Amino acid sequence: MRWSEPLRRSPVLAVGIVMVVAWVATAALAPWIAPAAPTDMALTAINQGPSTAHWFGTDQYGRDILSRVLYGGRYVLAIAPAATVIGLFLGTVIGLTAAYFGRWVDEVIMRVLDAVMAFPIVVLALLALTTLGASTGNVILVIGLVFAPLIARTARAAALVEVRREYVQAARLRGESAAWILTMEVFPNVRGPLVVEGTIRLGYAVFTSATLGFLGLGVQPPAPDWGLMVSENRALLTSAPWTVLFPALAIAFVVVAFSLVADGLAARETA
Amino acid sequence: MTAPVLAVDQLGISYRRRGRWLPAVLDVTLDLLPGEAVGVVGESGCGKSTLAMAALGYLPGNARVDGGDVRIEGRSLTAMSAEELRRLRGASVAAVYQNPGAALNPSITVGAQVAEVYRLHAGHSREQARDAAEEMLGRVRIPAPGGVLDRYPYQLSGGMQQRVVIAMALAGDPSLLILDEPTTALDATVQAEILDLFALLRDDFRAAMLFISHDLGVVQFVCDRVGVMYAGEMVEQGEATAVFERPRHPYTASLIDCIPDIDTRKGDTRLAAIPGIPPALGARPEGCAFAPRCPIARQECAASPPPLRDLGGGRHSRCLFPDETAARGGNRRPVDSAGGPAGAPVLNVQGVSLSYGHTRVLRDIGLTVRRAQTVALVGESGSGKTTLARAITGLATPESGSVALGDLVLRASAGRRSHHVRQRLQMVFQSPDGTLNPSHRVGGILGRAVRVLAGVNRRAARDRVGSLLDDVALERALAQRRPTQLSGGQRQRVAIARAFAGSPELVILDEPTSALDVSVQAAILDLLLALQQRDGVAYLFISHDLAVVRYLADRVAVMYLGEIVEEGPVEAVFGGHCHPYTEALIAAVPRPGGGQSRVRLAGHNPGPDARPAGCPFHTRCPYVHEACRRETPPWRTPREAHRIRCHLPLDEMPVSEGSRRAAGAQ
Repeated sequence: MRWSEPLRRSPVLAVGIVMVVAWVATAALAPWIAPAAPTDMALTAINQGPSTAHWFGTDQYGRDILSRVLYGGRYVLAIAPAATVIGLFLGTVIGLTAAYFGRWVDEVIMRVLDAVMAFPIVVLALLALTTLGASTGNVILVIGLVFAPLIARTARAAALVEVRREYVQAARLRGESAAWILTMEVFPNVRGPLVVEGTIRLGYAVFTSATLGFLGLGVQPPAPDWGLMVSENRALLTSAPWTVLFPALAIAFVVVAFSLVADGLAARETA
Repeated sequence: MTAPVLAVDQLGISYRRRGRWLPAVLDVTLDLLPGEAVGVVGESGCGKSTLAMAALGYLPGNARVDGGDVRIEGRSLTAMSAEELRRLRGASVAAVYQNPGAALNPSITVGAQVAEVYRLHAGHSREQARDAAEEMLGRVRIPAPGGVLDRYPYQLSGGMQQRVVIAMALAGDPSLLILDEPTTALDATVQAEILDLFALLRDDFRAAMLFISHDLGVVQFVCDRVGVMYAGEMVEQGEATAVFERPRHPYTASLIDCIPDIDTRKGDTRLAAIPGIPPALGARPEGCAFAPRCPIARQECAASPPPLRDLGGGRHSRCLFPDETAARGGNRRPVDSAGGPAGAPVLNVQGVSLSYGHTRVLRDIGLTVRRAQTVALVGESGSGKTTLARAITGLATPESGSVALGDLVLRASAGRRSHHVRQRLQMVFQSPDGTLNPSHRVGGILGRAVRVLAGVNRRAARDRVGSLLDDVALERALAQRRPTQLSGGQRQRVAIARAFAGSPELVILDEPTSALDVSVQAAILDLLLALQQRDGVAYLFISHDLAVVRYLADRVAVMYLGEIVEEGPVEAVFGGHCHPYTEALIAAVPRPGGGQSRVRLAGHNPGPDARPAGCPFHTRCPYVHEACRRETPPWRTPREAHRIRCHLPLDEMPVSEGSRRAAGAQ
């Protein structure tokens, strides 16, 4: 089977991957391909519409929006995967533990998670960030923490099927520890659904970090964060819509890209 | 001469796999006359079900008819449109499959589901259809059918569900009924009832039956004629009793000899497993397809495919040397040594009780297994066999009682037991699909077991894995494979090797062969016997198959609703006074021509959460009297080391059919 075979079979996955690669490449290459520095102000050319000089136009300080959108991808590139990895790690550990021990351990863990999930994610993140202080590191940590319960549910559901299988009982009869059984026997068989869940969460992580940026709890000005850009320019929505439109489109682009990849992977998982 | 209901004429069917057409059914010819019952037997993958689907005009999308024809009541299915086929399936042909739970809609009452058939095919009004449904449920011997009409499928037992499915199939008054393993998913006692029902229905209805099964005993009980399929071909055909009494194709003879019947004992003979496996689709050998596995194959056999020869009297065989086919039992070897005498006790279970929630699933179980001994645990589903195994291995925690290995009383939970105990006590599980971790290679699975249980280092472990694979007759190269690349039989061998990694004293075998083909089962049973003879290991063997138990076990414990109702040596239990429940279990084993004297149980298994007071078996017992309803029965001991829990005095107790047959044969 050639490497391109799965892509040809699933166009959704292929399109999603192309979009993700395009985002990663432009974010990584921003210093070389961006026409200007993201914080360069030009007070002679403020709020200009898209033109050949400024493809995406300029904002109220005359900064080139294309450059800011390209650089903004770098914040997301740092935040979303790191937050997702934290969420996946915590969620998997919690979910597998609940599934394996069952009974009261499962009850306690799941009820606590239910209580946490009763709050909207953004409210939780707001609460945590106002306590911890807004910084890129804290944004990563907080998104990871609020995602953990969701990922734990997926991990638990997948593991519940596996822990009842005979190979797990055989391992218990050999006297293997719970940690060994969960990492060596159960985890490899729940990897599939977790990869799909992780990809979905990546998209949400982008969205959540933009939301936090919009609320002023993420990266601080004058950094070219997408959420922050939408927030800074929202007063200009009617007079200079491009200042809001392009960063918003960038957010949508990445979220859609991840959800396409997740759909493609999920279809392969069930096929 | 009457026209056949079903005429399969030189039918060939292929499946498309990776762009190639691979033949699955080759040149099969088969006629069913009105009212006739014809069985089709063979191992998995021999084309039985493909043939059944073809007779329904129901082939999957990746199948095509290569040649030949299927005619039902003279009309060719290959020429029919989809609409004509649909109408035909309602009116002329009906099918019953293995799993009745999947055939019924769980959210519609059974009465409505049966009535639907009448409304659709006979155009009955709502009231007429309901009356007809009630009558039909009565005709499939459902007691008080009026009350059953308004029940949902989940409120019925598996046997009752299958009766409803049969009622739906018969409601269209079909001329052909296709039965694809209709009793395979049922308990032995329920299977016996359904088989009796088929025998009765043959008198009541005009339908001819095409009966697909892997179980020769079942087919022989129900059918007039039988066809044996191998690698897509019909290799032998003829009158059922004649085929089984005097097979004329070596494959038939081999199939018969791998099945333990109720008279086979390990002390007398070994089952003859068929070497190798049937060829995969598209990998048919040149010449006779069975030649590579055939005991009498010679050069001519590999030259060209043998034709189907008419041997007279309706008998056909696709063998060049039909007269040299071994007689029944001819492939079996006599036994050189019957194994040593049982030694000191290895396992001692005393007073073990266990509940799940408020339901008591084990009650005061006492059981002893000795060195080099096989003790079988039998009983219907829900009798607590597997729970007892889990309690002994420490996967479930009993409320009271003790489990001792030798003199050592074990801790309840497996996690708290010592390394030495784990090494000595291992288990082989039922499902070949779940028993091995699909993410690991065979070598890794066995290597871990060897390192943990035998406590050897990585280098020594590799050698030990090799010798374990030798022990279970698998090639060492299989260590590189993953479980999904192995057959069910191979996986179960790996699971046995894993249990033997630390040279155990006791291995608990939980239905290790019930998901396997009979030919594979024979090989696994003989492997278990060989390992026991060599190492002196003791087995606690859980099974619902009394014939297998009779063959393999030294002692039998019979469980009903969580308690042991009888325990004793195999010879005594199968050949003397026995518990009424044991009598029914033994009688439920289908046997050729054994239709007259079979004991049947009244009612159905109430399950552990509705356990009757007094003797738990009194609701189904044919010998029930007043005391049974009130008092717990006493233990009776017809002879040493044989106990029966029953109110009947010994001289009124039933005598098991095994001994009646033996007496008749003398």
